Amino acid sequence: MERQLKNFGQLGNKRIVIAVTALNAIDSPGPGVAVIRAIRECPDFDVRIIGLCYESLEPGLYMHDIVDKTYQVPYPSSGTDTLMGRLMHIHEIEHIDLIIPNFDAELFNFIKLKDKLSDAGIRTYLPDLVQFEARDKIKLYEFGNKHGLTIPKDIIIHQVKDLSEAAEKLGYPMVVKGKFYDAIVANTLEQAQKAFFKIQAKWGLPIIVQEFINGTEINVAALGDGEGNAISVIPMRKLYITDKGKAWAGITLDDTSFIELARKFVKVTKWRGGCELEIMQTADGKSYIMEVNPRFPAWIYLTAAAGQNQPAAMVKMALGEKVETFTDYEVGKIFIRYAWDLITDIREFQKISGTGEL
Amino acid sequence: MRLKKNIATSDEGFIFNPGTGDSFSTNEIGTEIISLLKENKPQEIIIETICAKYDVDQNQFEKDLDDYLSQLKDYTILE
Repeated sequence: MERQLKNFGQLGNKRIVIAVTALNAIDSPGPGVAVIRAIRECPDFDVRIIGLCYESLEPGLYMHDIVDKTYQVPYPSSGTDTLMGRLMHIHEIEHIDLIIPNFDAELFNFIKLKDKLSDAGIRTYLPDLVQFEARDKIKLYEFGNKHGLTIPKDIIIHQVKDLSEAAEKLGYPMVVKGKFYDAIVANTLEQAQKAFFKIQAKWGLPIIVQEFINGTEINVAALGDGEGNAISVIPMRKLYITDKGKAWAGITLDDTSFIELARKFVKVTKWRGGCELEIMQTADGKSYIMEVNPRFPAWIYLTAAAGQNQPAAMVKMALGEKVETFTDYEVGKIFIRYAWDLITDIREFQKISGTGEL
Repeated sequence: MRLKKNIATSDEGFIFNPGTGDSFSTNEIGTEIISLLKENKPQEIIIETICAKYDVDQNQFEKDLDDYLSQLKDYTILE
């Protein structure tokens, strides 16, 4: 390992091969394209980007100035052995130095494979399973209580009849949430039951019933070094939200309380890698952590635009370089997402669909 | 009444609160009031300055200024 680290001592001398997932730059985008854009913008190293896609219509794989070559990989449900087999095949051809997975659903597999990948010479920069599971929605309240972080009260239920008891404890309105995704605000028992069945059908059990917090939603992108230090923290407020609750525009903020909160999270978890804190700030200034996403958010390029290029910093850290903690960033930096019709032709589509490569 | 230290303003009447990400537009008189607030001028001086410069009834202006300042406070632009 020491010998390999030394080889990366001067990043500028070597073309680094980085594999990146989540190239679905759609209306609810994965972070992959933004991560690559930030990495490519860093003048300190030269990169070859290998896209790892799940589906043949992920826009990123047709963006040839963003992704040099793409390989299809098996869905997370196929398990770690199938994924490892495919990654080793790609590694034989591409000699991957680093993999940056960006989907929540695939992280478990990549974390499990961390050591095997490392043995094969592929680095990752991920939290360990304990850190990863501590911020799981199901355990977040308990985790917050343990570490003095304010998290909305929640009750985990497995049956619809448990809703009334949860409502007695939490009051209305309350939020009915899925294990992985979706949240519906319910004002009555009837609405809560409807939400329960809808979410159960989509995401299964258990269902999380959470105290409703009214306030302003702030998102924070952070990068932890695995030793309790946050190398970079950038708070952002959504200025425009899609019907799915995703940011279509956002602005960097000057508020040290959010930065301190993210630093505290990184410190108590010893978080390694990128993460996003979803915070709700109430009118009286109290900040609740609503969720912690265990990877960079789709708006991560804003961190580079504001002066703290988190993906590039993570690449350096993953390759063994010491990165100093960022202190400044530009406040009032705005991103506005836009839709663009990328044109390709049937040959490219056929190639990725037929051979799993493009 | 003091303008928060980190509030950014422009001569064109644009106000940006970097703590919340909110931005606002104000008219010419509003811009002058903001710039007096930036200089930490007390309310009496603001009234005196504006009334001396414009043809305005002082009682009416005092009332309008109160409304304006309370709006700025609601938007967390004032300390």
